Amino acid sequence: MGLISEIIFTLITLLSFGIFAQKILRIRHSILLGKTAELNDHPGQRWRNVILLALGQKKMFQKPIVAVLHLILYIGFIIINIELLEIIVDGVLGTHRIFSASMGGLYTFLINTFEILALLVTIACVVFLIRRNVIKLKRFISKDLEGWPRSDANYILIIEILLMSLFLLMNSADHEVSFMISKNFTPWLTANFDEEQLLLVEKTAWWLHIIGIYTFMNYLPYSKHLHIVLAFPNAYYAPLVPSGTLHNMPDIQNEVLYAMQPELAPANAAAPESFGAKEATELSWKNLMDAYSCSECGRCTDACPANSTGKLLSPRKIMMATRDRIETISKNIAVNKVFVPDGKTLLHDYITVEELRACTTCNACVQECPISISPLDIIIELRRSLVMEQSNAPQEWNSMFSNIENNFAPWKFSPDDRDAWTKA
Amino acid sequence: MKVLTMAEMMASGEQPEILFWVGCAGSFDQRAQKITKAFATILNKAGVKYAILGKEEACTGDPARRAGNEFMFQMMAYQNIQILNGYNIKKIVTTCPHCFNTLKNEYPVLGGNYDVIHHTQFLQELIEQGKIKFTDSNEWKGKTITYHDSCYLGRANEIYEAPRKVLESLDMELKEMKRCKSKGLCCGAGGAQMFKEEEKGEKRINTERAEEARARATDFVASACPFCNTMLSDGLKVAENQNDPAVLDIAEIVAQAIK
Repeated sequence: MGLISEIIFTLITLLSFGIFAQKILRIRHSILLGKTAELNDHPGQRWRNVILLALGQKKMFQKPIVAVLHLILYIGFIIINIELLEIIVDGVLGTHRIFSASMGGLYTFLINTFEILALLVTIACVVFLIRRNVIKLKRFISKDLEGWPRSDANYILIIEILLMSLFLLMNSADHEVSFMISKNFTPWLTANFDEEQLLLVEKTAWWLHIIGIYTFMNYLPYSKHLHIVLAFPNAYYAPLVPSGTLHNMPDIQNEVLYAMQPELAPANAAAPESFGAKEATELSWKNLMDAYSCSECGRCTDACPANSTGKLLSPRKIMMATRDRIETISKNIAVNKVFVPDGKTLLHDYITVEELRACTTCNACVQECPISISPLDIIIELRRSLVMEQSNAPQEWNSMFSNIENNFAPWKFSPDDRDAWTKA
Repeated sequence: MKVLTMAEMMASGEQPEILFWVGCAGSFDQRAQKITKAFATILNKAGVKYAILGKEEACTGDPARRAGNEFMFQMMAYQNIQILNGYNIKKIVTTCPHCFNTLKNEYPVLGGNYDVIHHTQFLQELIEQGKIKFTDSNEWKGKTITYHDSCYLGRANEIYEAPRKVLESLDMELKEMKRCKSKGLCCGAGGAQMFKEEEKGEKRINTERAEEARARATDFVASACPFCNTMLSDGLKVAENQNDPAVLDIAEIVAQAIK
């Protein structure tokens, strides 16, 4: 029996990590379907952002209570997983708490720490479930989250609670050891179960705990929870310029330059393929990584002036739609080798013109995002396609464009009157 | 009002210490013209050697770019940079945060490198350097005011303190709205919204902001952007509340208190 369980464990472990690695590579591939963007300058400043924004969760602390609860989850998640090392070694070798003998007091200290964290994580998860389902915070009940996204958030919290409970139960049922939190349940267990049953409880909790962790790991790539991984690269590649800066379009800059100074135009200049983004693959890889990094917290939408006055635009939905679209494209490519058109595009089918038109480019969404996602960047790229590729602009904007072109001002005033104020 | 253009200055062989970029709103919009004049008055009184481009100034391209019309933006940028570089301009001050953002952040990559400051920053400097002196009994003293952060000054460029410092130097009592500084609520004009009807919704953005401003029950509302000024004034007007505060630009407030 012993050997069989070790083989089964080893196989499950290899399979779990294998599937996870494969999925992560698929996501990497999906992100790289985006257009190139050079974001490697000033590494010092970029590492600083990783430490402050991702590791230090600086922006989370704008809401201190939530930030502390979130920090507990995050620290708990990372630190308790150190215990995973022992669980895997035990599982493969068929040993029992292999590190306990050699580490002595330090072992007890570590497990005690894990147990305290496990309890705190459970409490934080319960509070978060209450916020989502009982208190019903505005940003958690909005229609952006209808269906899968709302369930996703709840599943994550419930799985975390289950994993933490199994970890504590496993320790409680093991009466060879005694740890700070779990020992409190041991008397109840010994009173109700005999030696053999206790061993079964411990073994079952152990197996369910590790299988739960593997399941959760493989659930990550399909979930908003992926942000625990992608927050780090996302902070690294965050823009370093003032947030009011829209990125330049060198193709158009050159077209204008060559129109004005034809002598500069190269003889064989290739015309650019398209302007802006109609499809997710026409966005930059950073836009796509933003989409996969989004934890759907809704701080952006909460701060959006258009959304809070009842317009259709929701920056969070922009991110979610982008992720949905690139996932669809990626799956399409996985099945067909190349992308086979499905009659849909990001612009129009996933994000509508009305949403795009409502944006005031106020940067509130960019400011609020704890992990440097820019919904605004995607909105602008889609607007560019809309106006330059499809000539799709409201009549008032077309008038504004022609006023700028003819009168050098967005209104229809004579350029000769530009300094009239000095005479009045 | 005597304001020299760059062309006039060059003709007399002089170079200004700073170029005043007036912007389209400041040039043509009747309400914004008052802000322009107020700022020019301050520059005159402070003895700043400045010039405007006059008829040679053109839209920076900001609304076109944000609406998605990059061609139009690049055309305007090309034209403006040719003129600015032609006059060898080094330093620019502007009363419009949109022009400020475009000139400061978006022109450099196109070959237009200038030291660009917003008028609230310039006013703060002039006050600190003692070049602007207020009358002892200036009418603002002790009056309450709330300051509306322009998105393109605040979040986009992190200028939160300069306008507030100017108001404090006038001994005004600043009462912040709940959403201020990095959390400031947009007036609704940015991203070329100024030039079109709002999308359908439950409420206008400027109405929402005007309500927040009104709730502070201050004597005045300060803005530092001609578009915010229009949006807030309109938002307050809609309610037609006789007791609503007037919306004034920082430059207008300073101009009235100056010796």
